[in-house]
Order: sequence, then C-alpha cells, then structure tokens
Amino acid sequence: MSHAAISATADGIHVPVAHGHGHGHDDGSRTLLGFWIYLMSDCLIFSGLFATFAVLANATAGGPGGKELFELPYVLGETMLLLVSSFTFGLAMLDMRAGHRQRVLVWLFATFLLGAGFIGMEVHEFAHLIHEGAGPDRSAFLSAYFTLVGTHGLHVTAGLLWLVVMMDQIRRRGLNADTRRRLSCLSLFWHFLDIVWICVFTFVYLRGVI
Amino acid sequence: MFGKLTLSAIPFDQPIIMGTLLVVMLGGASVFGYVTWQRKWAYLWSEWFTTVDHKKIGVMYIIMALVMLLRGFADAIMMRTQQAMASADAAGYLPPHHYDQIFTAHGDIMIFFMAMPFITGLMNLVVPLQIGARDVAYPFLNSLSFWLTAGGVVLIMASLFIGDFAATGWLAYPPLSELKFSPGVGVDYYIWSLQLSGLGTTLSGINFIVTILKMRAPGMTLMKMPVFTWTALVTNILIVAAFPVLTVALALLGADRYLGMHFFTNDAGGNAMMYVNLIWIWGHPEVYILILPCFGAYSEIIATFSGKPLFGYKSMVYATAAIGVLSFLVWLHHFFTMGSGASVNAFFGIMTMIISVPTGVKLFNWLFTMFRGRVRFTVPVLWTIGFMVTFVIGGVTGVLMAVPGADFVLHNSLFLIAHFHNTIIGGVVFGCLAAMNYWFPKAFGFKLAERWGKASFWCWLVGFYVAFMPLYILGLKGMTRRMNHYANPDWQPYLIVALIGAVIILFGIFFTVLQLYVSVRDRVTLRDPSGDPWGGRTLEWSTSSPAPFYNFAVLPQVRELDQFWTDKQDGVAYMRPNRYEDIHMPRNTGVGVFMGLFGVVLGFALVWHIWWMAALGLAGMVGSFLVRVYDRDTDYWVPAAEVERIERARLMRMQKVGMVGVATPANDEQQAA
Repeated sequence: MSHAAISATADGIHVPVAHGHGHGHDDGSRTLLGFWIYLMSDCLIFSGLFATFAVLANATAGGPGGKELFELPYVLGETMLLLVSSFTFGLAMLDMRAGHRQRVLVWLFATFLLGAGFIGMEVHEFAHLIHEGAGPDRSAFLSAYFTLVGTHGLHVTAGLLWLVVMMDQIRRRGLNADTRRRLSCLSLFWHFLDIVWICVFTFVYLRGVI
Repeated sequence: MFGKLTLSAIPFDQPIIMGTLLVVMLGGASVFGYVTWQRKWAYLWSEWFTTVDHKKIGVMYIIMALVMLLRGFADAIMMRTQQAMASADAAGYLPPHHYDQIFTAHGDIMIFFMAMPFITGLMNLVVPLQIGARDVAYPFLNSLSFWLTAGGVVLIMASLFIGDFAATGWLAYPPLSELKFSPGVGVDYYIWSLQLSGLGTTLSGINFIVTILKMRAPGMTLMKMPVFTWTALVTNILIVAAFPVLTVALALLGADRYLGMHFFTNDAGGNAMMYVNLIWIWGHPEVYILILPCFGAYSEIIATFSGKPLFGYKSMVYATAAIGVLSFLVWLHHFFTMGSGASVNAFFGIMTMIISVPTGVKLFNWLFTMFRGRVRFTVPVLWTIGFMVTFVIGGVTGVLMAVPGADFVLHNSLFLIAHFHNTIIGGVVFGCLAAMNYWFPKAFGFKLAERWGKASFWCWLVGFYVAFMPLYILGLKGMTRRMNHYANPDWQPYLIVALIGAVIILFGIFFTVLQLYVSVRDRVTLRDPSGDPWGGRTLEWSTSSPAPFYNFAVLPQVRELDQFWTDKQDGVAYMRPNRYEDIHMPRNTGVGVFMGLFGVVLGFALVWHIWWMAALGLAGMVGSFLVRVYDRDTDYWVPAAEVERIERARLMRMQKVGMVGVATPANDEQQAA
C-alpha cells in the first residue's frame, strides 16, 4: 500500500538498505491488519449499542418517540456532510498515492471542516432535544438514542483530533512511510464511521419516523 | 474541589480493613526501602517498567497475577471462615456490607486480575518464542496493555482503603448496581477498574492475533503451529469478539449511574435483563478465554513428558476452534430462570451439552498421548493429571446443570459455586501453575525446585476436594450462594470441612511461594545451561534459557510440526550459522507507564466525581500518546558482532556441560568476526 523504501530514506530515517531480509520490519501490512481487527472490535461495540437500541426502541415510558422528535431534513443535512467528507478523504488518499502533499493537506482540511460541521449539527440537535425536555434521562428509548448517536459522535470527534495530528505530521514530515500508513488507517476509520452512520440513519431515524 | 471524596471515605472504624492497610503500607514501605537501599530504581525503570520485550512483560503479568492470587485468596478464606462461624445464633465476624464486598472483590479479582493476567503473561512469554518471532507485532502496544491492566489493579486495590467496593456480586447486576440501590462509590470502582483493564486486554488480543497470523517463522503453516499457539490464537479471537460487549455493558451501566439514563433501571422503560444478557455474551466466552490457553499448556506438557508427539494434533486444533465458535452460543444458560420460555432454554441447554464434546475429545487426546509413553512425573505433569481428573468432574456437573429443569433447582446454589470452582481451579489455576513450572526455566534460566512444587500440588489438589465437595452437597441441600448468615445448623459441619479445605489450599499457596524462594536461592544448582531442560519439542526450547532479548539469532526454518524435536533427532539442532546478521529491535519506552498512570488518575477521578482531575487524566493519556506519535526514535539495530558475541558465549556454556555436537558449525568456513 505504501512506498516505504522511497519515503523512508528521503525522510532521513535510518533504514539501512542492505538489510533487505525484512524480519522484524513492518511494511505497513501488519499495522493495517491490526487496525482492521480493531475496527471489527469497534464494530462490535456499535452492534451492542444497536441491539440495545432495538430492544429499547419502544420503551418511551409515556414520553416522546422518534416520530415526534426527529426532523428528517435536518438529519439528511448531517448525513450529507459526513458522506461528502468521506468523498473528500477519498480524494486525499488518491493524492497521497500520487505524492501530492499540498493537495493531500487541502483535502484533509476540507474533510475536517465537513466533519466539524457534522459534529456541530449533532450537538445542536442534542441541545435542542434536551431543551424540549427529551433528554437522555427522559426514557429508556432516549437513553439508547443518545448513547448510540453520541458514541458515533465521540468517534467522529476522535477522528477530527486525529485529522489535526495527521495534517500537522504531513506538513512537518511529508508523505513518508509512517504518515502514509497512519493516513491509511485514518481513512479506514473515517469510512467505517460513515458506514455506521448509514446504519444509524436507517435504523434510528428512518425507522423512527415511520 | 474533591467531588465526593472526603476523609470519611477511609474506613477508620473498620479494624479488619485498617489492619490490612497497615500490613500493606508496611509491606509497601519495606519493598520501597529495599529497592532504594539496593539502588535498583533506575534498573527497574530502564529494564522492566519501560520494557517492550514480550518476555519481560510476560513475567510482570505473572508476578501481578501471583500477587493478586494472594489478595483474592485472602478474600476467599475470610468468606469460608465467616460461613463456618455464622450458623443459627452466631453472626460471625464480618458485617453483611463488608462480607458482600468481599465476595464481589474475590470474584472480580480472581477472574480479571489473577486469571486474565496469568494467561496473558503466559501467552506473552511463550507465543513469540514458539512461532520463532523476535517480538510481538506491536511491542509498544503490548507494554501499554500491561500498564492499563496494572492501572485496573491499582484502582481495585484502592477501593479497599478509600471508599468501598461493589457489594453486588462479581457481575454487578442491575437494578441492585443502580445508583438508587448502590449509592456508594463501590460500583463505580468496579466499572472503571474493569474498563481500564478491559481496554488493555482488547489491545493485547489484537496484538496477538496479528503476531500469530503475520510473524510465524518461515515454513510454519497454521497446521504446523504448536498447539499452545493455536489455543492462544483462538483465545485472542474470543477476546476481541467478546470484550467489546463487556465494554458496552459497563458503559451503559455507567450512563445510568452518571447521567441518569434508564437502560437498566426499574422505571422509565429500563430493562435489567438486557444487562444480564450483554454481560453473559461476554461472560461465557470469557471462561473459554481463560481455559483454552491452559488446555494448550497441558497439551505441550503432556507431549513433552510422555516423549511422544501429541496424539490427534488436528483434532485438538479443530476442537479448540469448535469451542471458540460454540462459546458464543451458550450464554443464556447462566439465567435459564429469566423465563425466556421452553424453546429458548432448550436451545441453549442443548448447545451447552454440545460444547462439552470437543472438550471430551481433548481429554481422550491427552490420555492417548500418555498411552505407551514414558511419562516422567515432574511437577507440570502432576498438575496436568490432577487437572484431567478434576476437570472431568467439573465438566460433568456442568452438563448436569445444562438441563434447564435441573438448573431451576440448582440456580444460584452452592452446587453452582462448586461447579465453576471445579472447572476454574481444576482447569485454569492448575493449568497456570503447570505452565509456570514448565516455562519458568525459559524465562529465568533455572528450574523451579521439584520438592516444593510437588508439595504445593498435593495441597492444592487435596484442599480443592475438601473445600468444594461439601459445597456440592450443600447446594443439593438448598443452600444458596453469598450467604452472610444461615439459620440451618445442619449446614455448619459441611462449611467447617470446607474451611479446612481452604486452609489446605493456603498451604498449597505457601509452598508455591516457598518454591519460588528456594529456587531463586538455589538458582546455581538448578541452572539450565542447555536451554532445553525437559527434552522439549517446540521452538522455544531451541534458544537459550533465558532467551536472549532478540529470541533467535537466526530465524528458524520450519518444515514440520515439532521441528525442534526433529532437528535434535537429526543432529542439526544447534548448528552455528555461517554468519550473523544485524537484528532490528524496538526501543524501550515509558509512554505505556504514563498512560497507565493517567488512566488511574482518570478512573479515580471518575469514581469520586472530581471532574477537573478526570479532564487532567484524559488529557494526560491523550498527551502521552501524542508524545509517542511524534517520537521517531523507536527502534534500533543490534550489530551482527554483538549477536555473535552473545551466541558464542552460549555455545561455550553448552560445551562446558558437554552437549554433543555443539561446537561443530555446519559449514565451518573461516569466520569473519
């Protein structure tokens, strides 16, 4: 996936070329496999939250349900921000492969803005619900809703922090083996969150208003 | 400023706790003083705390497990004493609230902070050596995992002296564990110590899966992998698949307690059985997470000491994998009484019976491995045979309870307690101690003294039966678990016998400690100069004892199962290579220590609602990690000359003890030193 040999030496990392036997080296594939496994474990966290939401979806305890609370056009706006951010991240990855550092930074920054916009909208939505008296302590349904959507939001926030770090590292160090590997992992993470959001949109919001 | 924390959180009025605190403080002060006096802090820091060497991390895990065994056992013998006393008019010496914390802490400590660190330590010590690797896939992550687990230990130990621990039973079922019924900080200690160590466990699970899948020596296909490594692989897959569910369950309980949510509360639509389901979806795989590596250790031991290849290697692998899959399909047998109906209960009852089949396969494999072998009755073998007998009894009582109708009678009775101690002591504890005796020389370069090892084994074995057989009878008589006091005086004699059993086990533990002490004292006579003290079959015995930090000077080539055994038969086991190469190794780092430390700060602050401190802890964890992310000096090269010097010294030692054929290199061209 990455062009370790080129960038590592250009970057001044001490990788003696003579030691080509590879043992003890990570060409990046080891990290990517581990990151995939991590993502699957994270996926299980979400599946636990989805299962809990499914069990508690009708436990509104006399309080408001999804039909009264959710505004689909607003959520569609959120969804679009996140989907487009995945697209811009994809463009960043293409430019990473082509070795265009400056363009990578531009696309990552666009991704950051879109992600931050998504989080901003989500926080606004949560604040609105709490203001209306439909906070997470109102009913089991709302507990499950806030926890599931909020956990996704926390992941995206962590992703934003990671984006900042990556932009800084690429700015300082360029596209070397380390930054390429890390950016590949972040890319997986970002798209993974996108997929989770599609499930949230479908099973929480769409199902909720039906 | 300090949230809920005040001086009154320290139970000054409890003489038992204050006495323990005094002993712990005196012990801690003397250890601290000794290390300072010996000027060993720098050594400990640079060689152990900051290490990324899987062998040293493994040793630290096991030391931690042994310390926590003492704590968990202290809880156990206090409970046995209380129950032996508190019959009819006698109240015993432990007030109910304290007693409830003790049985909760006993369960949590033994599972999360004794058994888990022990098996994680064993996997750390053995797996990379068995697959011919120089380290795990992510050495820094490995150190981080250890320190997060250690952070969990610190939190749960702190709960003894500052505030209290959960008084809910080891899985903290709601609604009892909800804020309304457990308003203290006990459940919060429970949640955060388990979340911290659970994070460490999940990370080490990922680490070992990648290590085993990606770093095996050239030629070692999956079906040529030693059976312990196989069990480790399946166990780590189970860890990664099960622990996230525990994380969710505890997070939701935390959301109820901290944010006033209603996942498991009695009101506002909460559903307590949701928690019970979630916790057992983690909990049942967990028991197999614990037992599978022990099965692996028994397999290695019995093959080595019978001088034969393991009987039915393939069936052993398939049985392990089958157990791994089935372990996710039996969780509901922990609460047949929930009332999910006949069909659901029947399904889980039948699945439970089926999962005992692969375990039966394994037992026959071990028996047939011994059959017509020349079995040497060393300490590890004694543990293994003791396990085979004991575990079968535990398995049979388990299958008995798999019948939902029978379970309605036996649910939450002492019969259940006897059953799972039968499998966990007879399986996991025996397995860990067997493995410790077996692999100790590989870690330290000398064997453990046989005599005290045998004494320990016999005390544990006899003590186990004396302590737990009466509990089976009491369970059938209707005594339920977790009783602080009982009115029926007929039960008392059995409980006195059980206490005697616990005292016999106490001697077993004492002899293990004595064995360690005597072995360290006599380490010169117990020295293992060969690196292969038992006539081993797998790669870990081909390198020196203790293994050099790079494990293997030259990565082994594998063509078959038990490659090292074949190499010894062919007389090519100790060939010196024509030349050595530079070796790439990871550099030590203190980041893991700091992240664990900040994790403790975070957990402690959350327990006591000290929000500024929680923010500090979280920022500290993220900050330390960022330091690591920006650190580029994370590895180094060991020059070939240095490797050659170390290897030459080993060959000299082996020559001295007269190991044949050692000093003749394969192709002795002129050495370019």
